[in-house]
Amino acid sequence: MEKTYNNKAWFFVLPVLLLVLFSAAIPLMTVVNYSVQDTFGNNEFFWAGTGWFTEILNSDRFWAALQRNLLFSVIILALEIPLGIFIALNMPKKGLGVPVCLVLMSLPLLIPWNVVGTIWQVFGRVDIGLLGRTLAILGIDYNYVRDPLDAWVTVIVMDVWHWTSLVVLLCYAGLVSIPDAYYQAAKIDGASRWSVFRFIQLPKMKRVLLIAVLLRFMDSFMIYTEPFVVTGGGPGNSTTFLSIDLVKMAVGQFDLGPAAAMSIVYFLIILLMSWIFYTVMTSSDKDA
Amino acid sequence: MARITLDHIRHAYGANPVADSDYALREVHHEWNDGGAYALLGPSGCGKTTLLNIISGLLQPSHGRILFDGNDVTEVSTQGRNIAQVFQFPVIYDTMTVYDNLAFPLRNRKVPEAEVDKRVRDMLGIIDLADWADRKARGLTADQKQKISLGRGLVRNDVNAILFDEPLTVIDPHMKWVLRSQLKRIHKQFGFTMVYVTHDQTEALTFADKVVVMYEGEIVQIGTPAELFEKPSHTFVGYFIGSPGMNVLPAQLNERSVVVGSQRMDLNVPPQTKPGDRIELGIRPEFIHLGREGMPVKISRIEDIGRRRIVRAEFEGKPLAIVADENTEIPAEARVSFDPAGINIYANSWRVGGEA
Amino acid sequence: MLELRKAAKMVAGEYHIHPSDLTLERGSLNVLLGPTLSGKTSLMRLMAGLDRPTEGAVYFDGIDVTGMPVQKRNIAMVYQQFINYPLLTVYENIASPMRISGKDKATVDREVRKAAELLRLTPYLDRTPLHLSGGQQQRTALARALVKNASLVLMDEPLANLDYKLREELREELPKIFAQSGAIFVYATTEPSEALMLGGNTATLSEGRITQFGPTIDIYRRPADLTTAKTFADPPLNFIEVVKSGGGLRHREGDVLPLPAHLGTIPDGPLTVAFHPHHLGFTQQTENSARLAARTQISEITGSESFVHLEYDGVKWVMLAPGIHNIDPDTGIEVFLDTRHLMAFGSDGRAIAAAAA
Repeated sequence: MEKTYNNKAWFFVLPVLLLVLFSAAIPLMTVVNYSVQDTFGNNEFFWAGTGWFTEILNSDRFWAALQRNLLFSVIILALEIPLGIFIALNMPKKGLGVPVCLVLMSLPLLIPWNVVGTIWQVFGRVDIGLLGRTLAILGIDYNYVRDPLDAWVTVIVMDVWHWTSLVVLLCYAGLVSIPDAYYQAAKIDGASRWSVFRFIQLPKMKRVLLIAVLLRFMDSFMIYTEPFVVTGGGPGNSTTFLSIDLVKMAVGQFDLGPAAAMSIVYFLIILLMSWIFYTVMTSSDKDA
Repeated sequence: MARITLDHIRHAYGANPVADSDYALREVHHEWNDGGAYALLGPSGCGKTTLLNIISGLLQPSHGRILFDGNDVTEVSTQGRNIAQVFQFPVIYDTMTVYDNLAFPLRNRKVPEAEVDKRVRDMLGIIDLADWADRKARGLTADQKQKISLGRGLVRNDVNAILFDEPLTVIDPHMKWVLRSQLKRIHKQFGFTMVYVTHDQTEALTFADKVVVMYEGEIVQIGTPAELFEKPSHTFVGYFIGSPGMNVLPAQLNERSVVVGSQRMDLNVPPQTKPGDRIELGIRPEFIHLGREGMPVKISRIEDIGRRRIVRAEFEGKPLAIVADENTEIPAEARVSFDPAGINIYANSWRVGGEA
Repeated sequence: MLELRKAAKMVAGEYHIHPSDLTLERGSLNVLLGPTLSGKTSLMRLMAGLDRPTEGAVYFDGIDVTGMPVQKRNIAMVYQQFINYPLLTVYENIASPMRISGKDKATVDREVRKAAELLRLTPYLDRTPLHLSGGQQQRTALARALVKNASLVLMDEPLANLDYKLREELREELPKIFAQSGAIFVYATTEPSEALMLGGNTATLSEGRITQFGPTIDIYRRPADLTTAKTFADPPLNFIEVVKSGGGLRHREGDVLPLPAHLGTIPDGPLTVAFHPHHLGFTQQTENSARLAARTQISEITGSESFVHLEYDGVKWVMLAPGIHNIDPDTGIEVFLDTRHLMAFGSDGRAIAAAAA
């Protein structure tokens, strides 16, 4: 609360500024540098202008990957947000159940991303995986290595398993901050369960939901590790998202110029989408 | 509207209460009239909120029953009790308009929309918010929000009782006046049974027909504002009501008179006491006359608080507060006399008589 | 001595505090009185150095301290919320500012015990704040502010979260405690009655402006303008529009109020007259009282007194009369106005002649 006006504050945020500089700003500038030049290694650079950008924006491969990304993010949000709210609403508000639920909820969040990928890769295998084998025994034809739909279902279920907890925890934090008097008043007013949700819980959760939507959108839009570990982008290109494509292009094919241009387009898309989300979701705050 | 019967109610928050001190509410056995305005007054932790929650159905008493118009509602949920409540902090539905806030309890009860409109419009007039009907409730001031909370209770014209839990806490002093008298007017107009919880004596006394003074989980006195002021049945009531509170001086009884230090005052009716009782004399600062006649006092300080002055003095070695109005002259060698009608005698803190 | 010299705080092109001059003497108790959002907290933040004024300067003992951070000034603050270290005992809580300034053990002990005695905390020194009542917690916070031996102690509605009766007791004690310290005390409140009980000086605030500053009781009795008068009135003031001509105050309804002595010399013309509810009564106070016919609305009884809400010529008034008067609504009654205490304001809202004390 207490604000003081001296320059000491800068000293304290300096480490963060330096970190951001080294981890974000400098690499970003390097990428910008690469995106407008052509190189064959050996530190030889040739000016390429906007050539790489034109190439990327005209390539079907890019647009197909972008479409997959958007579809993936839409599905993820449509599943994780309602599911997260639903679980948060049904979590206990007091008693011994609270810490138990919170720990259970945090577990998936504590697992490293590549481990999550590996878990599901093994879990879904038809020959040795618990899930794959069970489904096979039940007579369901499931094979994420062969069938694009199965691959998508696997990646989505995996993401929902991994990240819904985050939405749950955020919503839960919003819910427990609602004073009891609101619930009492709603009871007295004869409000239905749905009205309580619509007029008390949802408005109070709005801010945390905004954060949840933003985080889940950005994360899902940038998804890389898990599908890479599980499907490697396949079968075919069916789960090749922008990030996977980018890595293929940069590291696999060593096309640094186009990859850099793609990175920047990718970055701008995320920035734009986040800004749109933020503006739309905060605009209703200003009408009062 | 309903008559509220509190039948031998006791409540403890912990399990297995044994001693009296385990009870947040020790024993409440009373009947409150239909259409009465009651205030529960007492310091924090006196059990007044516990009692309110028992009436609203939020708490189940450990012992005893609660009846509305003779029907046992002890086991009935808050929804089923058909009551309204105004909370300490305004509870409004932020995303709705003022109109929709008021219509909400009616729509939930499937009242026909034409009837809803009529009752909401009426209510908007009563709580002076007609011009704000279409505004979002979020941007309003605290007192307007509190009026909405009240209005949401009042639109249901069949409620058994309206409960208030320190409703003026977040309201500025000027608006308190307006809201308080509006509330009083509404009570006179509609005759709802109202129960008002507060620690503020002015709110309690001005609002209620009957004030219920609570102290350490017990009701120490139920009475009209005048009774509480003139004949506090416990020294706590004397202290808690009135500003400053009653002067309580150690005393001895001597046949038909009471003795404080070297001063003796005659009593008409000697109070009934047992030997060994701790006797005290209670006199409100308003009933002490300051002048050139009477018993000697030593004035230590005079506080001018605008419309009156509080004179702090020493009387027979004990502190004594005296209230004098702004026009009264205070002589240098002041003496005091106690208005015989204002003298109360206490034995072990309970009133045993007075009025010389 | 703390001086604000044309100090102002502007946020997003709007004044939160208009340019203000204010001089607070050492050893004085100064109340900032005004409704919520009138600028009390903002003004305190300027005084403390928590905020830097966007215009003007702050001087302490003649030295310009504008922009000097709060840590370098010798300031103590007490807030509406009870702020203590939850894990430290009351003793350690009170001792904490002296521990920081590196006082020796004996001094710390002596000062803590003195402050605890003053604030009646001695029996609780070994407890932690969680095991104290609200009043005891706030007294601990006060004790900590006192032992800091700060030259400026700022208190932002310190009693607002306490029970009515406890507030009354602390209000009575605080001036005595302040009198023993040489510091400048600044005390923000929304309640006129609190200002009156504390005494000292009062600065009334309205919409980010200091409307008047001076000894509390003088401002209550002789407000310089209508805004100040309204801010400093609880119960609210009553108003009546009159025209002064010759020896009387002519009211629209045709009544003529006798002209009180203190308004005798003012020029003829229209006036707004204000008076407190207790200057209306059922009995004639002096021969100069005005006899008025009003209609009752509702009556509120406080035990010893009654607030009778009246309507007089379409204007709402409140009368505060001793005794119990439960009068039916809409009854015609006769009331007396004690004209000795009338306050008169011109059309610009400035006081024309102040009421006699």
